[in-house]
Amino acid sequence: MLVQALTEAISLLLSGDGKLVKIILLSLGVSGLATLLAAIIGVPLGGVLAVARFPGRRFLIACLNAAMGLPPVVVGLIVYLLLSRAGPLGPLGILFTPSAMVLAQVVLIAPIMAALARQIIEDTHAEYREQLDALRISRWAATATLIWDARFSLVTVVLAGFGRAMAEVGAVMIVGGNIDGVTRTMTTTIALETSKGDLPLALALGTVLLALVLAINALAAWLKEWAVARYG
Amino acid sequence: MAKLPVLRLENLTVGSRRAGMPSILANASLSFAADDCTVILGPNGAGKSVLLRAACGLLPITQGSVAWGPANRDGLPPFALVFQKPVMLRRSALDNIVYPLLHGTIHRAEAYARATQALAQVGLAHLAARPARVLSGGEQQRVALARALVTQPQVLMLDEPTASLDPASAALVEDIVRQAHASGVAVIWTTHRLGEAKRLAKRVLFVDGGQVVEDSPASRFFTQPATLVARAYLQGESA
Repeated sequence: MLVQALTEAISLLLSGDGKLVKIILLSLGVSGLATLLAAIIGVPLGGVLAVARFPGRRFLIACLNAAMGLPPVVVGLIVYLLLSRAGPLGPLGILFTPSAMVLAQVVLIAPIMAALARQIIEDTHAEYREQLDALRISRWAATATLIWDARFSLVTVVLAGFGRAMAEVGAVMIVGGNIDGVTRTMTTTIALETSKGDLPLALALGTVLLALVLAINALAAWLKEWAVARYG
Repeated sequence: MAKLPVLRLENLTVGSRRAGMPSILANASLSFAADDCTVILGPNGAGKSVLLRAACGLLPITQGSVAWGPANRDGLPPFALVFQKPVMLRRSALDNIVYPLLHGTIHRAEAYARATQALAQVGLAHLAARPARVLSGGEQQRVALARALVTQPQVLMLDEPTASLDPASAALVEDIVRQAHASGVAVIWTTHRLGEAKRLAKRVLFVDGGQVVEDSPASRFFTQPATLVARAYLQGESA
């Protein structure tokens, strides 16, 4: 049965099945947009937390570190409650749409990116601090400098966030509703088709997902290596 | 009329406020003129680097004050500090040098013109596009010097800038500093290399145990040090 399912999965992949392609593109689109938005929020937030000194900073960092371990289904539930008709964001009417999935993924991965970015930028700051202070560079300008100089390490943070978003299933299932052709992603399809016993589609999507995750990790590792060799 | 000092330290103290705890630097009162070329000598841990860092605002001062001369034009600080281990930003040599200028009030085109000239002055024009962090230690220190001098500081401070360099690279750094001083920049330099100190210094400060124990013209310091501890230091003995 497994061999048969695998053969069918390969033929699905090779034939460029329309349904399969649509699911892959939706997954990439949702996770890509969520990653972009989370990076826009998370990286500068990590930078500010690394450089600025203000009361409550340590508490905020502890909260951020704790948020890295947020269970996706809980995030899904909270975003669901926010977006449901009676919720504060209900009037937006985006529940069970890809927009809701993007929002849930942003909530899930922005803290991860911010916490990882803070650690990287803080390490760079430890190296640069005296020089930047001696040049009388303002805190804001110093933060921008540190983000730029840590850019290659930060790209790997962004890729890690993208990988996490792509692999996530609980939150998008709850806020997207797993509607065929509208909010069905690779992970939710795999969960659904496996429970239905339709293994070829699940296996084909699983193969694509694995390949993507592998490619992202390989890209991150290569980029780091190249940057160290090129820029020191 | 006497020239205003470019830097004046009054009772500068760094360290514990608590009674009985020793200060890292105690009651340093010093004045530096525009034509000063001062070398600060003293054993490891004496407080030489602390003196420079406190003057530049990199360390919190327990008491006393630091007063710089007239403000620099271009919105840049009146001093520049070069460290023993140069901190190179992850960008090209030229971009490292232009960096402080882009945070002043200088027009971008002029900033790049000045940075290019500064890089040529330290003999590294051919490495302008090379990432600074892959340069050799000596080249990195010259980039750091160019980055310091491009801001046209009134005071150039150097914290053991040649300590990690081979003799040839150290001589190049020394030449660049000598030229900068000849063009009107006051120099304050800490070092353990006595040969270097003898060649450069017009004035010597000897620091020991957080105290400036001697402040003499270089010619007198090297021939007739006033304190026993300085005499022992010059003879290579521990006091």
